[in-house]
Amino acid sequence: MTRASDKEYSDIPGTIVFDSDRAEEGYHLNKFCISLRLQRNRNAFKADPERFIDAFPMTVDQREAALNQDWNRLLELGGNIYYTSKLAAFHGINFQELAALMTGMSVTDYRAMMIAGGRGIEGNRYVHEWENKDG
Amino acid sequence: MCMSGKTKMAKITSGVACSHAPALGVASDSGISNDDYYAPIFKGFEYSKEWIAKEKPDLIFLVYNDHCTAFDASMIPTFALGCAHEYPPADEGWGPRPVPVVKGHRKLSAHIAQSLILDKFDITIMNEMEVDHGLTVPLTMMFGRPEEWPCPVVPLAVNVVQYPAPLGARCFALGKAIRKAIESYPEALKVCAFGTGGMSHQLQHQRAGLINSEWDARFMDLLINDPEQGCRISHVEYLREAGSEGIELVMWYVMRGTLNEDVNEVHRFYHVPASNTAVGHLILENR
Repeated sequence: MTRASDKEYSDIPGTIVFDSDRAEEGYHLNKFCISLRLQRNRNAFKADPERFIDAFPMTVDQREAALNQDWNRLLELGGNIYYTSKLAAFHGINFQELAALMTGMSVTDYRAMMIAGGRGIEGNRYVHEWENKDG
Repeated sequence: MCMSGKTKMAKITSGVACSHAPALGVASDSGISNDDYYAPIFKGFEYSKEWIAKEKPDLIFLVYNDHCTAFDASMIPTFALGCAHEYPPADEGWGPRPVPVVKGHRKLSAHIAQSLILDKFDITIMNEMEVDHGLTVPLTMMFGRPEEWPCPVVPLAVNVVQYPAPLGARCFALGKAIRKAIESYPEALKVCAFGTGGMSHQLQHQRAGLINSEWDARFMDLLINDPEQGCRISHVEYLREAGSEGIELVMWYVMRGTLNEDVNEVHRFYHVPASNTAVGHLILENR
């Protein structure tokens, strides 16, 4: 297994590449998230979140991040956005609202940024470009 | 069908590239495609609807990716060819999209599957498959809201969710093999190839919302005029320049591979945003 910091895409800021290592780490977490595609599973999760989630043998950290809706942490622990977005949808959070939450922006500001052309590429290619950023 | 004693074969005459952002499907299905936010996008496809009504393909070969719908974490084929009689729209969590069932062409699919494997592309064969917005949104953008889709579709699902997606060069080569397969099928079918997804977008983590319009424009130029060069764009370049989900643009190279080296660009449309995504669209005809 290659360490995350050795990979050729590890110097892209604010980005978690869902590669084979992440997929291996996040397998049960992602299976949990995708189970929420079905209404009967959403009902069961709603009725008793802890009991439902315990059917998926994920790590303590993953379980906690899922129950706490810690969206970036979920990606860092092997979650994939197409999966975690199903958990977000369960909570009534749409894709654009989820994106805003992950960037730390308000939904209004994020939507305005997208309408104005999105987050530009300048200054957003390399980790070192983010190191001296304010905030 | 016989013409002067010779069997008429299927032929690929054109290609369409088209984003498949789910928001566009929602806009169409909920009747808000004319509002201030979506109108500029749907306007960009008005020409396309006229064009495809005139072009009248007998069949669409549609390259798309599934979003953990038919293939969740338990099963991730890199290339999966639809070989079913029909493809029902899937429930992605909000009920299936209210669009027609997608009809297939089993005999052609079977022929393509055999031809590809003997041509060293060891694809997965899907005799049953539900399809998500990745496949149905481009049909909506090109055909609007018909009672039935006007022609059958042969789908090819490509894994672009778990890294690594297949290389652009491999997608381009696969497109060439698909052309060989289709054009050796003895039925007079006019085929249009669709490559879907993109353009630049990042849906996740702190860099979400990334859009790189200059890169997208260069991507389209290279795809059209120098695909041998463009198909070599590295995965890291896609991730860095087009965003972590922008890498799905490799699928446009499957479509490009099915066309002639020289093509006419008959339509180009680009718009930011559809939700978190840059919408890109091309119509190419074989020269």
